[in-house]
Amino acid sequence: MKESPNLVYIKELAAGSEEFEQKLIHIIKREFPMEKDQFLTNYNNNAHLKAAENVHKLKHKIGMLGFEKGYQTTIDFENELKENNTSLYSEFMLILESIEQFLETL
Amino acid sequence: MNCIIIDDEETARAIVQQLCSQVEDITVIEEFPNAIQAIKFLNKEAIDLIFLDIHMPDFTGFDFIQTLKNPPKIILTTSDKNFALEAFEYDCIVDYLVKPITLPRFLKAIQKAKDAASPPKEIPVTNTDNNTQSSEENDLYINIDRRLIKIDLPSINIIEAKGDYILIKTEKQNYTVHSTLKKIEEKLPDDLFLKVHRSYVINIKKIIDIEDNSVLIERDVIPVSRSNRPELMKRLNLL
Repeated sequence: MKESPNLVYIKELAAGSEEFEQKLIHIIKREFPMEKDQFLTNYNNNAHLKAAENVHKLKHKIGMLGFEKGYQTTIDFENELKENNTSLYSEFMLILESIEQFLETL
Repeated sequence: MNCIIIDDEETARAIVQQLCSQVEDITVIEEFPNAIQAIKFLNKEAIDLIFLDIHMPDFTGFDFIQTLKNPPKIILTTSDKNFALEAFEYDCIVDYLVKPITLPRFLKAIQKAKDAASPPKEIPVTNTDNNTQSSEENDLYINIDRRLIKIDLPSINIIEAKGDYILIKTEKQNYTVHSTLKKIEEKLPDDLFLKVHRSYVINIKKIIDIEDNSVLIERDVIPVSRSNRPELMKRLNLL
């Protein structure tokens, strides 16, 4: 079954504070596209080690948004990139696109 | 405890801030997106605790620690489990949190930082050399608050060196005693216990699994020094 992002972790962390929840979502909405762009730039320039660092950063947000299988895919992709292997790129991009769409709804 | 947060990811800093706000006696003094700014701050201010990201561009968390003459207690925050063993090399690191950080795990880390900052109540201040004495073969008596408490030796999981103290973790309870690993090692049966690292003696019967440079006992991952690994492997009933 395809995984979808969710706010379970953020809501738990907020412990009922709507203010914190909104603040965090706001930060993620600002930071995520920048991190994705940096990743794509490095990836498209074949700078795989730098791209792996970008994936490493994105991994936190992927975990925060409730991905479990996707989180493991991200770990595997980060390790792959360090060895110049890109076989998980499409799968990883699906995760990023799914997050992008989800953030637009918030 | 006054603390600072160092992480290049704003989301991560906001999360640690939020977690700190849920703990009564933790005050976040400042947060920094990189280690250089934090070093300038620490040259002027004294703090008790640092939440430190390992994976930062230009200057990693470990690079940062090496610049500090008298580092305060540090809790590492990272998305990478692979640095856990390196973290054991630094006495100032009290815990290692993997992102995304949950509140229960965060609270556990704070407790570790507090324990490391001030010795627990039950630690005696007077006795030094005779805190441990063996009686019967399977028992060990430890001196806590002038009471001799009997510990069943096979119930001990791990003994960890903590400066001038040792932390004895048993199946039911943990005890902090003013003693050294060397002294307690003399009281332990060789067939059951083994020193696997300069800071750890383990009960080899309690090992759950072994990875390259660590063993798992209950929920504790214990580092195994390269020099101690051959002896450990010799003591195991390997197929």
